[in-house]
This record gives sequence, C-alpha cells and structure tokens, in this order.
Amino acid sequence: MPRQLRRWGPPLLLISPSLVLLAVFVYGLLGLNARTSMQDMHTSAQTTGRAPVAFVGLQNFWDLLGSADFQHSLRNLVLYTVVFLAGTMFFGFLWAWLLDRPVRFEGLYRSIYLFPMAVSFVASGVVWRWLLNSNQGESASGLNRLFQLVGLPFLQNNWWNNVNWGIAAIAIPAIWQLSGYVMALFLAGFRGIPEELREAARVDGANEWQLYRHVIFPQLSPVALSAVIIVGHMSLKAFDLIMSISKPANYQTKVPAIDMYVLKSSFDYSNAAAVGVVLLVIVAVLIVPYLVYTHRTESRR
Amino acid sequence: MTAATDELTTPLGQAPRSAPRAVRRFSAGRTVRYALLLLFLVVVLVPVYVLLVTSFKGPGDASPARAWNLPQVWTWDNWTTAWTTLSPALVRTFEMVIPAALISSLLGSMNGFVLARWRFRGADVVFTLILFGMFIPYQAVMIPLLQLMLGAGVPSGVPSLIILHVVYGLPITTLIFRNYYMSVPEELIEASRVDGAGMLRTYASVVLPLSVPSFVVVLIWQFTSAWNDFLFAVFFSSSQNGPVTLALNNLANGALLTNYGVSMAGALLASLPTLLVYVLLGKYFIGGLMSGSVKG
Repeated sequence: MPRQLRRWGPPLLLISPSLVLLAVFVYGLLGLNARTSMQDMHTSAQTTGRAPVAFVGLQNFWDLLGSADFQHSLRNLVLYTVVFLAGTMFFGFLWAWLLDRPVRFEGLYRSIYLFPMAVSFVASGVVWRWLLNSNQGESASGLNRLFQLVGLPFLQNNWWNNVNWGIAAIAIPAIWQLSGYVMALFLAGFRGIPEELREAARVDGANEWQLYRHVIFPQLSPVALSAVIIVGHMSLKAFDLIMSISKPANYQTKVPAIDMYVLKSSFDYSNAAAVGVVLLVIVAVLIVPYLVYTHRTESRR
Repeated sequence: MTAATDELTTPLGQAPRSAPRAVRRFSAGRTVRYALLLLFLVVVLVPVYVLLVTSFKGPGDASPARAWNLPQVWTWDNWTTAWTTLSPALVRTFEMVIPAALISSLLGSMNGFVLARWRFRGADVVFTLILFGMFIPYQAVMIPLLQLMLGAGVPSGVPSLIILHVVYGLPITTLIFRNYYMSVPEELIEASRVDGAGMLRTYASVVLPLSVPSFVVVLIWQFTSAWNDFLFAVFFSSSQNGPVTLALNNLANGALLTNYGVSMAGALLASLPTLLVYVLLGKYFIGGLMSGSVKG
C-alpha cells in the first residue's frame, strides 16, 4: 500500500486539481446543459425555481431546427465559415509563400501581417463598423468613400446590411485578424521542409510546378489541416465581432452564438441550451476526428 | 520595433541563406514580390490609419466627405474622454488577467509535467479529454455555468472571470507545457531521481527552473486571450464591474451616432497592453501561437 501511494500519490497530487475542475466545468456542465436543453424552461419564473420544469425530450431541437429563424442563423454560420476559411487560407498561404524566399525586412512584414491577432475582436469591431458603413454616395464614409476616392465607385455596397450576404462582410475583419496567424503556420511549414528535399526534386528534373505539386504541398498538408481546424472552430464560435459590428438585434448577421445570447437574455434557458448543444455537435463533428487522427499519428511515432 | 522584429525571426527560422540565392540583379519576379508585399502591408495597416486619424479628429471633421482626410485640427479630446470612461475598466482587467494567467500557467505546468513524464494506461485518453476542453463552444456550457456560479455565490465581475479564465485556460496551458516537457532530456529527470528526489522534488527543483521560457510563452498567451475575451465578460460581468472589452463595447454603442473619435481612441487604449506585449515579446507570442497549433 505505501508503495502504491508513493507511485501514484505525487502525480495525482499535481494533476488532480485540474482534472476535478475540468471534469466539473467541461463534462459535468455539458451534461447539465444537455438536460436543460430537453426541458421546457422558457420563462424567468422557471429559471429561479418559482415555476415547475418538465422534461420534453427533443422537442426544443425540433422546434429550433424547424424554425426559419434558426435556419437563417445556420445558413449564416456556414457562409461565414466558408468566407472566413477561404480568405485566411488564401492570404495566409500567399503571404507565407511571398516571405519564404529571402526578403529584405522579412521580420517587419511578418510582424505587421500578424499584429491584428493581438487585438481583440471588440476593438477591431469598432474600426470595422466604421469601415463597413453602408452609406453610399454623398453620405458615404468608410470603405465606400474610399472606393469613390480611388475611382472605383461601383464597388460601393451596403456590406453587412444585406439580408442574404451581410454575414460575409463580417468575415472581412475576421480575415484581417487571422490571416497573419495562418501565415505564421504556413511559414513554419515551409521552413520545416528540408532543403535537400527540394534539391533532390530539382536534380530529378522537376519544374517549379511539379516541385510544389509533389514535394511542397504534401509536406504542408498537416499544417493546412491544423489551420483549417483552428480557423474553422473559431468561426463556428463567432460572437464578438458580430456583437461589436452589427449588434445582436440584427437579423441579417445573426448566427447560433448570437441566438444563444438573445435567448438567454429573455430567460429562455432551454432553447439557449439547445443552441449550445447544436453548436457542440457541429464542433465535435469537426474536432473529434482531428483529435483521434493526431492521437494516432502521435502514438505511431 | 527592430529589436522586436529580429526576435520574431527565431522561432520560425530564417530563409535558407545558403540556398541558391536569387541573383542580385533586377528581375521581374523579385519586383512583383516586393510590390505585393508592400501592397498587403498597406492594406493591413488601413484600419490602423483610420483608428489613429479619427481618434484625433474634432467635431469640425465630422463630415463624411472628410472621412479619410487628416484632422484639420488635432485634438486630444477624444482620448481624454475615452480615458475617463475606460480607466476603471482597464484597472479591473489587469486585476483579472494577472491572477488568471499566473494560476492557469502554474496548474498547466503541473499537468504538463505529469502527462509528459508519468506513463500510465489511459494517459493519452486523459490528455485527449483535457484537450477537448479547448475546443468546446462555451455556449454549450453557459447556461449551467451561470447557474453554478450564481449557486456557489461567486460575485460577478473580476472574481467570476478569474475562475473562468483559469479553468478554461487549463487545456491550452497543459498542452504547451506537456509538449515542452516531452523535449526535456530524460537524463535530467533520471539524475535527480538517482539522487533520491521524489517526483515532487524533481518537479520543484529541476523541472520548474527549466520551464522559464515556456512560462513566458504561456503567460503571454493567457494574458492576451483573457484580456481580449468578450464572451465571458458579457455573461459574467456588467458595465459596473466588467473588463475593458465590455466597457469599450458600451462606449462604442453610446458614442456611435455622435462621435466615432471617442470609440476609436477607446479601441486603441483597450488594445495598448496586448499590442505592447506583442511588440516587446513578439517571439514568445509566436511561440504560443505555434505550440497551440502544431502538435509536438
């Protein structure tokens, strides 16, 4: 017994506080949330225990998924994610590619491309709300005014004030903030490719395109996967930027995380919890295969 | 700035200098590359121009026709207004972020050490379960979390936010430290064990002193993410006791129709601490980014 204690005691002492905290705050609360999502807690009186709460099974989910309102949020989420991912991957890769070869003041370019990452979404939302102002013509400011000044007035548009595509405008500041991060990932990927590998391909007579197609892209694919996972899961949680640019009350730019906040604010805890479950499922579909995959590759080494 | 940018080069490595270097003469490819790099530099800096210029504008520059012009009269008025409004929240944010970063780093280091050095069956499963906590959308725990904090009587504002940033920071801090400790040579740990030190002693006297660089990375990472958090701030604090992101959002809403200059000055003020960290300690900032993503 004392031997067992000496073997297991110290590591458990170090790790158990965190394990308990995470067991409660992550897994315990996920369970409680699932329970609330299957109840009919839709009023303030129920949230404080002044009125009874009943179990309703999956009813909240059917109501939610069947409502045009929530479908709009899901559609917005998909659109936002696609634009955000495409933008960050494009600029991130392009910048890393431009910086991979010797460039004077490389550090300067890199630090500036990356700096928006250090700023909060709320702070960048302040300036982007101004830039994405929907006024046009005489009263235009922001980017619309800039388009006039540089002689491209036809580019003026109403940005996030468009019911169908407004959410794509909110992805612009997100791309501005996260492209530098993706650049840093790709740059580390580029630098991780041994020079001999490129040399060998060149000796074998590969042209530039073949070099990329058969040597560089395959070597970069784990980095690309990490980038997609990180940006993708950030985008599914989109909340701050929308709160800061278009405010929660705007139908055109709402996403599930915003619905959750609005529902909570009106004490509809069960539907708010159900939105949380929907988001969790979407994230899990993306993340769990990734975690399993990296876990496997790690144990193989 | 140059010191910071030089620092930045280390973790990402340098471009291969010995590689067949493009000849120094004029070439179309080189010119296009530099032109693109400069163009993107300008594009990325456009919002900074707007923030700075607008924050120094007075009421005389309100006309949309002058939106992109420099101020006719430079004034500090917006800055003083923003400072008066935001300074209490700035102080609270420091009170929240510093303990949160310290505690979650220390716990993460303890977990990372155990998970890197103590092989038991299921260790990888435990690690994966911890990591998953990093990816969950907090919306999926928010409702019971509100009830839990209320039920436990934790005051809203700084105390609540410290707890939340510590707990939900654990997965990332554990990940960074675990990856770091995996790279510490086994012999160092062995030597200490041969000397008769137990696990706790080894951790305190051998491992902790070795961890200073990781601590810097993790502290910066936690500082930045807690400073920039808005989600927990909205749910667990109010304008009276909340952090600066919440105060800034309220300021921007209030000043929206009347004066953009104040909210722009406020946005700059609220971003100064994290930007300063980025400029001064950029190398470690990138170190955090990398270890949070590329698994080691």
